Amino acid sequence: MRQLITFIRKEFLHVFRDRKTLLMLFGLPIAQIVLFGFALSNEIKNSRIAITDYSKDAVTEQLISKIASSNYFDIQRTVQSATQLEAAFKKGDIRMAVIFPANFANDLVHTGKATIQVIADASDPNLATTITNYITRLVNDFNTQTALTAGKPLQILPEMQFLYNPELRGAPNFVPGVMALVLMLVCTMMTSVAIVKEKELGTMEILLVSPFKPIYIIISKLTPNLLISVVNLFIILILSSVFLDLHVKGSILLLTFDSILFILTSLSIGLLLSINAKTQQGAMMGSMMGMMLPTMLLTGFLFPIENMPLPLQVLANLVPSRWYFIIVKKVMLKGLGIAAVWKETLILTGMCLFLFTISLRRFKIRL
Amino acid sequence: MRNKGIVRMLIIAPVIQLILLPLAADYSVKNISIAVVDNDHSTASQRLIGKITSSGYFKLTGYTGSYAKALSLVEQEKADLALQIPAHFERDLVRENSQKLYVAINAIEGTKANLGGAYLSNIITDFNEDLRVDWHTTGTLTGSDAPQITVAASNWYNPYMDFHLYIVPAILVTLVTTLAAMQTAFNIVQEKESGTIEQINVTPLKKHIFIIGKLIPFLVLGIILFTMGLFVGWLFYGIVPVGSLWVLYISLIDYLFAMLGLGLLLATYSATQMQAMSLSFFFINIFNMMSGAFTAVDSMPDWARAIVQTFPPSHFIRIMRMVVLKGSGLGDIVYDLGAMALIGLVLNGWAILNYRKTA
Repeated sequence: MRQLITFIRKEFLHVFRDRKTLLMLFGLPIAQIVLFGFALSNEIKNSRIAITDYSKDAVTEQLISKIASSNYFDIQRTVQSATQLEAAFKKGDIRMAVIFPANFANDLVHTGKATIQVIADASDPNLATTITNYITRLVNDFNTQTALTAGKPLQILPEMQFLYNPELRGAPNFVPGVMALVLMLVCTMMTSVAIVKEKELGTMEILLVSPFKPIYIIISKLTPNLLISVVNLFIILILSSVFLDLHVKGSILLLTFDSILFILTSLSIGLLLSINAKTQQGAMMGSMMGMMLPTMLLTGFLFPIENMPLPLQVLANLVPSRWYFIIVKKVMLKGLGIAAVWKETLILTGMCLFLFTISLRRFKIRL
Repeated sequence: MRNKGIVRMLIIAPVIQLILLPLAADYSVKNISIAVVDNDHSTASQRLIGKITSSGYFKLTGYTGSYAKALSLVEQEKADLALQIPAHFERDLVRENSQKLYVAINAIEGTKANLGGAYLSNIITDFNEDLRVDWHTTGTLTGSDAPQITVAASNWYNPYMDFHLYIVPAILVTLVTTLAAMQTAFNIVQEKESGTIEQINVTPLKKHIFIIGKLIPFLVLGIILFTMGLFVGWLFYGIVPVGSLWVLYISLIDYLFAMLGLGLLLATYSATQMQAMSLSFFFINIFNMMSGAFTAVDSMPDWARAIVQTFPPSHFIRIMRMVVLKGSGLGDIVYDLGAMALIGLVLNGWAILNYRKTA
């Protein structure tokens, strides 16, 4: 036991000696939480649009001022011809063009109908859909208003209420995502590179022939990373509470327990990678080139998992951060208890045990 | 480049990711799950539900009589939004001429909330219009028809709203970024750590020649990866750049110049591979999240947009999307090209200055 403690202390010294890496390890979550928390937003506003008004009458003027006064749009300029429009789209100056045909008000009064032409730059399909929807909503509102003044009966008014995140901020979605991403990648990376470095330098051989048990080597390698990650976790929680006004609504104990479970799972992945890699470069590539993008995309915080084709949904189920992300959202943002997350917790426990056992086995074989 | 295994992995891992990941990055919102609380059970409420489910955007995951139950469905993420049709909805609509519907939306996933809310309110407006027309013709109501303005929307450059067209170029840029910046930093630091860099420093070889010699293989590797990426995009996703390939490659070289500079700079600041790795991880992670690949730069506040301007990937992603989807020419992307070149000059200059001091 005393041997083990001495070894853990030695590993801590290794980690603390490398100030630059340590700074990065703590700086990364801080910078990301602050940057993403304030910068990323899901609300689409200030989209640059061009308005062409061939009619220039009272109705189009009213509509244009309605569009201008909403903060969804930022009216850039009026485009006169189709070639100008094309050029503006190609330069990326505008996202959408709104065209009022000639005799707009006239048509509206005489035929009871008028059509606004809207052309969206669909190279970003979601943005195009969203801003087209905004415009449609504005025009519908306008219709409703005229209908009300005309005494048109039968009005159904939908009353929308945004739950959990009324201002549609990006932070409530991104903070759990960043937590999952950073904890997972940092743990995997640090562990795999730390162990492979020992191999590369040849010191691993010395460790293995010493009377020190292999399991102790693993424990002493993992402990500093576990501690760093737990500290990171609390830094993230405190930062998001102070700066982003995102407090832990549920039980902190439960969140910490699940986080430690998740960290252990990630550490085991790192361990597994290190067993297969021969050089630091190989270990790093496995953990970064191989894992960064898949973790980012399959965790579910950027793209909804239920939209993915079935094979990828199955694959996503194998990514631990996917389950952790759900747990954080439920416990931290919605304040739900263990009853709501027991399934996810069980899955994480299973993954953790499975990965750890496998890597332990493989580690012994290589003795 | 002697290490064949590494080179193979450098190319193969990204190509596999490029094939698979666009499938994951599908954000066309079509499976919005909705829980309906129907306290009315009238023909009107049934018709509205039918209209919502047949729209193709929503799937009905709950149909209950209690609002609390629907909210708990939202809480368990089984429903993204809950619609409540109050009791006597149809009767009161006729009597009072106006009725409210209550919609509660889980807003944690903002995009889904935004789109879901907008779709639903458009459907309700449509439904409202249908009711008016129907009840007018059946004589339930009399009154004058107010004029109606409609919106005719068309989508240019991507008429089928294919999300892959949008995401594949961005994922390719992300992969090239990881390769260029990280591998450069790693490779140089490796020489530092093993001590061979000292030997090179004492030879008469000029430093800038050594640096260029170190960078060119990665430049070539980046170009190879990019070419394979374009090929994969065509083979699996049918993406053929609308614009000219020359423009793309000129931009690519401009971009690689900047990113290799970053790798070089990071290398001069790190003594061990571990440091190089954590430094490049720091930058690449931020680039990935902020450069507009998966998140919208337009909806960021001004200060954040100003920061993003200094990230080379944000310019290259813009260029890629403009050239590949819209066929923009050199004239359209002058600003982004210039910005990348400027960033590249600063980074490389800084790296060379710093290299002289430390080596």
